[in-house]
Amino acid sequence: MDNKRFDIIVIGGGHAGIEAASAAARMGCSVALITMDKNALGRMSCNPAVGGTAKGHLVREIDALGGIMGEIADRTGIQFRMLNKSKGPAVWSPRCQSDRSLYSKEAVGLITSTENLSIVEASVADILFEDSSVAGIKTFSGDEIYSGVVILSSGTFMNAIMHTGLSIKSGGRYGEKSSTGITESLERIGFDSARLKTGTPPRLLKDSINFDLLEEQPGDEKPQPFSHFTDLAQFPKLQQVSCHITNTDSEVHKVLEKGFELSPLFTGVIKGAGPRYCPSIEDKIVRFSDKEKHQLFIEPEGLDSDQVYVNGFSTSLPAEIQLQALKKIKGLEEVEMVRPGYAVEYDFFPPHQVDSTLETKLVKGLYFAGQVNGTSGYEEAAAQGLVAGINAALKIQGRPEFVLKRSEAYIGVLIDDLVTKSTDEPYRMFTSRAEHRLLLRQDNADRRLMHYGKEFELVDSLFADDTINREIKIKSGIDLCRKLKLHARNVNEFLQSAGSSVIESTETVANLCKRPEIKLIDLLDLNGHMENEVLTELINDEKALRQVEIDLKYEGYLKRQQEMVEKLERYENTIIPLTFDYSNLKALSAEGREKLERFKPRSIAQASRISGVTPSDISILLVYLKR
Amino acid sequence: MDKEDTIVALATPPGMGAISVIRLSGSDSFKLIDSIFNSREKVSNSEGYTIKYGKIVDENNTLDDVLVSVFKAPNSYTGENAVEISTHGSPFVVQRTIELLLKNGARIAEPGEFTKRAFLNNKIDLAQAEAVADIIDSRTSVSLKGARNQLDGLLSAKVSEIRDKLVNTSALLELELDFSEEDIEFVKRDETDQNIREILIEIEGLLLTYNFGRVTRNGVNVAIVGEPNVGKSSILNYILKESRAIVSSIPGTTRDIIREDVSIDGFLFRLYDTAGIRASDDELEKEGITRSREALKNADIVLFVMDSETGFSAEIDAEIKKLNPNVKILRVLNKIDLKVNKVKDIDYFVSVRNGKGMMNLIDGLKNAGLGENIYTEKDIIVSSLRHFDCLKKAKENLEKARKSVKLKMSGEFVASDLRAAESTLMEIIGEIAPDDVLNNIFSRFCIGK
Repeated sequence: MDNKRFDIIVIGGGHAGIEAASAAARMGCSVALITMDKNALGRMSCNPAVGGTAKGHLVREIDALGGIMGEIADRTGIQFRMLNKSKGPAVWSPRCQSDRSLYSKEAVGLITSTENLSIVEASVADILFEDSSVAGIKTFSGDEIYSGVVILSSGTFMNAIMHTGLSIKSGGRYGEKSSTGITESLERIGFDSARLKTGTPPRLLKDSINFDLLEEQPGDEKPQPFSHFTDLAQFPKLQQVSCHITNTDSEVHKVLEKGFELSPLFTGVIKGAGPRYCPSIEDKIVRFSDKEKHQLFIEPEGLDSDQVYVNGFSTSLPAEIQLQALKKIKGLEEVEMVRPGYAVEYDFFPPHQVDSTLETKLVKGLYFAGQVNGTSGYEEAAAQGLVAGINAALKIQGRPEFVLKRSEAYIGVLIDDLVTKSTDEPYRMFTSRAEHRLLLRQDNADRRLMHYGKEFELVDSLFADDTINREIKIKSGIDLCRKLKLHARNVNEFLQSAGSSVIESTETVANLCKRPEIKLIDLLDLNGHMENEVLTELINDEKALRQVEIDLKYEGYLKRQQEMVEKLERYENTIIPLTFDYSNLKALSAEGREKLERFKPRSIAQASRISGVTPSDISILLVYLKR
Repeated sequence: MDKEDTIVALATPPGMGAISVIRLSGSDSFKLIDSIFNSREKVSNSEGYTIKYGKIVDENNTLDDVLVSVFKAPNSYTGENAVEISTHGSPFVVQRTIELLLKNGARIAEPGEFTKRAFLNNKIDLAQAEAVADIIDSRTSVSLKGARNQLDGLLSAKVSEIRDKLVNTSALLELELDFSEEDIEFVKRDETDQNIREILIEIEGLLLTYNFGRVTRNGVNVAIVGEPNVGKSSILNYILKESRAIVSSIPGTTRDIIREDVSIDGFLFRLYDTAGIRASDDELEKEGITRSREALKNADIVLFVMDSETGFSAEIDAEIKKLNPNVKILRVLNKIDLKVNKVKDIDYFVSVRNGKGMMNLIDGLKNAGLGENIYTEKDIIVSSLRHFDCLKKAKENLEKARKSVKLKMSGEFVASDLRAAESTLMEIIGEIAPDDVLNNIFSRFCIGK
C-alpha cells in the first residue's frame, strides 16, 4: 500500500469507530477506517442486544443526531421490548435482541457503501506526532498513513489478555489478536494508561437445551423501533423470537466454588477492575452469599445461529467447571458448550485526559472514543464515536466545536462524567446518573437533538424540519389545553367511569390531564370541538399529542428541573481557559489545585463536579475569573 | 496575585472600654500603619507575630500610646498582611485613628469582610466562616457556646447523617428504575413513605430549634410601650440593675428612644424604651415617634406598661397590633404599691419602687423570649437563617415526595423530589456530592445480568 493522506484516521471498527468514521465521512471529510478484520466491523463482542435502561436513551439520541446504531439495530432486531413501561415516560427504555451476525453484516454493508470512507485492513503499531499535534499512524507492516486528526477507538484490544481459569491467552476478543504498540506510543509522550477487566459468558449449543422447562420471555406485542427514520410499515424486518429464563441454585454454586482456587479473579491474576453492575457469576456468589439463586437469561444469538448466549453467567472459571455447573441448571442438563466464557483485561486511558469534545488535552488532533476511555457497552461507545467523529470533522472544517450539555442529552452526561470524574471501573450509563432525567426522555430525543443532526447534515433535512415544525404544534397544543374548559355536565360521566373524582362546574383540559388515570385524547374527544384547527392538527399527529400530554401531566416536575437547569446555566457558561494557570492561586486547597491541574475543567460547572474540589475552591476560581 | 484593598474596622464593640482594637488587613497594611505610627522599628521591617509599642501621630501631635500586633501573610486571620492596633478605649481616639488610616488609603471594611477574606484565602471553610461570624456577633455566654458547637461541625455531622438516610431511600427507588429487569424484590411504597417520614421528623426537629437559635444569636428585641409617666424608664432601669450585666448602652435624648442590651441568664435581650407611638404635631417629637415605631415593628415582645390611673389604653393597644400584629404582648400594671383600681387582663403586677413582682416579670420576659424549649450547648441548634432556609426547603421537597408517593407517581418523580431535598442538605454541608446513590446500590444489591 502506498503512503497516503486522509483528513481523518479512525483506528478500530467497533461501535465507536464506525459511528466516528461514518459521521465524519458524511460531513464531507476523507476518512481512513483502520481495522484488523474487514468483516468484524460493528461486531458485537458480548451480548447480542442493543439498548436497555439508559442505554436505549443513548441509542435514541445517537439516532436523532444522525448516527447509524439505531437503524442497524432496527434492521437486525429479533425481539423488541420497551423496558419500564409500567413507570413514567422518563425511564422507558427501548431494548432489542439482535441477530449477531446480521448486525455486523449490516454494519459492514453500511460502512463500505459510505462515500469518502476507505477501509484499511491493518494493525496499527505506532501513532505519529509532530510537535504537540498528531501526524498519522504507522502499521505493523511498516506503512505510514498521514492525517492531522486521529480518532483512537480500539476497544478492548490494546495489550489485551484473555483469561479462562489460570490459562492466559493474548487477544482482544475470542479468536482475535490483541494490539500492541499504541499504549506504549502514547505513554512515551505523556499519557497515563491503566487496566480494566470485563467478561463474557459461555456460548451454548441451542439444540442441547430443553426449552420446555424454561420460562419464556416474548417481545412486545407492538414492537417500537429505535430509529426515528425507520419505516413502521416495514418494521420489524426479521422474524421475532423469545428469550428464556432459568436460574442457578445452591447445587450450581457448589460446583462453581470448586473452581475458585483456579479463578484468575480470586487468585489475583486479574489486576484490572471489573464492573460492579455486571459481575461474574463467581463474584455474585462470593459477594452476595446469602442469595440462593441468580437469574439467567438464555438469549438467541440469531435466527440462523445454532448458539445461545447465557446472560448473567459471565465467568472466567476453568472451562470444565463452567460446563459442570451449567449442567446442574434447570433445562441445561444435557447442554453442550460451544465455547467457554472468559475475562479480558485491557489498557485504557483514564478519561480525564480528554476534553468534552473527546480531543485529548495533551495532543492536538488526537481523539479517544469508546472503551479506550474506560466505558463499557456498545451504546456508550457509539455515542462517543459519533461525538468524536463530528468534532473531528468540525475541526477540519474550522467550525465551532460540538459539546452536549448534561441538561441536553444522556450523551452530554456520559462525556461530562468521563471528563470530570474519570473512572476506575468500566463506566456504564444509568438513568440515575442524569440529574435532569425527567427532561431527557427517549420520547423527546428528536426534540432535543435533531436540530444538531440537521446542522451537521447527518439527518435528512426534510425529516428534521418535520420535527422542528412539530414543536409549534406542541406549543400551541399546550396553550390550547390550558384555555380549553370542560363543563361538569359533559365530563363528569367520563370521569366517574375512569375512576376519577367529579368536578363542580368547569375545569381546564390541562388540569384534568394531570390526573394519572386520565388520558389527554379522551378529554379532547369529549370536548368535541373538532372544528378547531389547532386541535385537529394535534389529534392527527400522534407524536405531538404524546408530547403535549407528557408536558401537561408532569408540568410541575418538569418545570422544577427546567428551573434547576437555568440556575446552573451561569456556571456552565463561565468558561475556564484550558491554559489557566492554577499555580498562581495560592488560596486553593492542595487537593483542589492538584485535581484542577489534572482535569483542566472547561467551565466552573465542570470544576464543581470534580471530587476533591471544594466549594471554597470554586468561590476562589469565580473571584479570579471575574477579574 | 492581584492586590487586595486594605480594609480597616473596629474589632471590639463600640463605646467606652479599657481598650479598643482596630484591625487593618490587606497588602498595604504595613505601609499604612507605618505612615501614622511612631515606634523604634518600622512595622514593615518587623517579623510576624510580634508586638510593637509606639504612638499614633496626628499632624505631629501624639493621639494615643498604642500596641500594634503584626501578622504576616499567610499567617493571619485573613491570610493577608494584617495588624491589630490596641488603643485606649476612647471613642474619639478610635474614630480619629480610623480616619487617619482612611486618609492614607485604607477603606472601611464591609460587614463580615475580614471573614470573607479569610474564607477566600482558604483559611476557613464556609460553615466555619458562618460560625466565626456568629462568635464575633455573640455577646453573651450561651450564644458563644452555640457558635462553638457549630464550629465543631455538630450541625454538619447531623445533616450528613440525615443525608445518608436520604441516599439510602433514594437508592431503593433508583434500584427499580435502573435495574427493573433484575431479580430483586423492590421496595414497597409504604416503606418509602415511612423512610421519608422519619427523615422529615429529624428535619422538623432541627427546624424547631431555630427560634431558640435565632434568639441566642440575635437576641430578643423588647419594646417598652405605654402612656407617659407610667414608669417605663424605671422598669428598664430596674431590669438593668437586676441583671447587672449591661452589655452596651445606646445613648439618646429624652425625645429619642433609649436602647439597653442586657443579659438575662446568659441570653441577650435588647430593651427599647419608647418615647411615644401616637402621632404628634410637635416637630421635635416626630423623630422620636418614628424611631419608637421602628422599635415596635422589630420587637419580639412588647411590655405594655400602665398604672391604675391611666388604665388600659385601647388606643395604644390598637397601635401595637397595627404595627406588629403577631408580637407577644405582656401587659404590666405598675405602681401596685399605690391605690389599685381594677384593670382588666393584666399579666404582671409590679411595683418598681419596692421591687414587688419585678423578678416575676423578668422570668416572664425570659420565657416569652426563648419559648418553651430551652436547649443546652450539647444540643444541635440551627441558628443561621441560611441553614434554616435550606432545611425548610428540604422539608418542602420531602413533603412533595410524600405527596408524589400518595398520588402513586412512578419512582422517578419521587426520586426527583428526594434529589432536590438532598441538594439543599448538601448546601449546608458545603461539599460536592459523589455518586453515592449508585455506590449504595452496588454495595447492597446483586446487580448484573
